[in-house]
Amino acid sequence: MRHLLNPLDFSVEETARLLDLATDIERNRDKYKDICKGKKIATLFYEPSTRTRLSFEAAMINLGGSALGFSSASSSSASKGESVSDTIRMVSCYADICAMRHPKEGAPTVASLKSRIPVVNAGDGGHQHPTQTLTDMMTIRSLKGRLDNLTIGFCGDLKFGRTVHSLIESLVRYPNVKFILISPPELRVPSYIREDVLEANNIPYKEVTSMEESLPELDILYMTRVQQERFFNEAEYLRLRDTYILDKAKMALANKDMLVLHPLPRVNEISVEVDDDPRAAYFKQVQYGVYVRMAIILTLLGLDKEVQ
Amino acid sequence: MLNVGSIKEGFVLDHIKAGKSMEIYHYLGLDKLDCQVAIIKNAKSNKMGHKDIIKIECPIDVINLDVLGYIDHNITVNIIHDSAIVDKQKLTLPKSMKNVLKCVNPRCITSIEQELDQIFILTDEKKKVYRCRYCEEKYNKL
Ligand SMILES: [Zn+2]
Repeated sequence: MRHLLNPLDFSVEETARLLDLATDIERNRDKYKDICKGKKIATLFYEPSTRTRLSFEAAMINLGGSALGFSSASSSSASKGESVSDTIRMVSCYADICAMRHPKEGAPTVASLKSRIPVVNAGDGGHQHPTQTLTDMMTIRSLKGRLDNLTIGFCGDLKFGRTVHSLIESLVRYPNVKFILISPPELRVPSYIREDVLEANNIPYKEVTSMEESLPELDILYMTRVQQERFFNEAEYLRLRDTYILDKAKMALANKDMLVLHPLPRVNEISVEVDDDPRAAYFKQVQYGVYVRMAIILTLLGLDKEVQ
Repeated sequence: MLNVGSIKEGFVLDHIKAGKSMEIYHYLGLDKLDCQVAIIKNAKSNKMGHKDIIKIECPIDVINLDVLGYIDHNITVNIIHDSAIVDKQKLTLPKSMKNVLKCVNPRCITSIEQELDQIFILTDEKKKVYRCRYCEEKYNKL
């Protein structure tokens, strides 16, 4: 049985097939509307993330299936001390596939070892969030037409932003990709990204502090929010949060076909005045997220070959 | 030729890097076994200058050789039967280890579900990097 725990679980070829399927779903919604009839997805959310949970549930419902689950640890048997292994054994009897979000890293892997149904990691602490990464890749591929020959800027919290790390690890597999890492010195990418991912693969990159200077070079600008819970001290948070805000004036410096991505929700790092700019792709990302999750459900359930 | 001494049935760990024997003693859990153990420190060695040796009188399957491979795969394991060396076992870097190392990542699922086996996987043989099976955090070498 196949699970999706890490975005690198899918090879470049498998990723291409998955994104092709997602694109076909986008273009031919009707073809897929009953393919999961009678199937259920369990959304096991040990911490709330309404956005991600609804995206999984909408994906299954769009395929003709249904959804069940819980949306926080306190509303689940975990509050009575049940282990992830026991919960997944129980859920395996009720559902055909599950999406698990957990504040602890590796919880979905633990579940996959005991599960009789495919497990999708819907975010485990600071570790992985593969459906977000695949959504980012679909957004880039759909709007740019390629995943190679790109200069991608990441901006904001590059130290703790797991979406940034996962996307870098996924994109280094494509030819001629360059990175510009824009952050305050305190929030640079961790050393393993520099050494084990970028340098180990001879990927050109630079680390800079100025967003303005980098903007003209970019094909993609991936913005992240600076999360308050990462900081011990409020003053430091406020100082850094406001360092990198994308507004209309900065957008004027960028290429006319640069895309702005953001994993959402945003706080104030993208000014609302940018929302109407045709280069703002972050709300389209949400729509692509549903198509990608539909493609993932079909692939893991072995139904991807059903519709031709 | 190695002097097996008083061991009749058991094994001798030879070519331990000088000073490392006590660490191995603890890693192998020899402090918890009630068999006879002799530790020889700073023995003269032609190959190594100085070395440590551990002699253990117990059945070979009591000891987790994966742990030894992890600590130092250059250690020689001599198996003793009837007071003579009957076999030498080669050590390799184990592909995975169960309940030897402990994940120290406070965000790891093993930090709240303590009944889970602590499993570490060899992810980089050259650099001897092991990662937690669950959270993938690197284990920082001894
Ligand atoms: Zn761990």
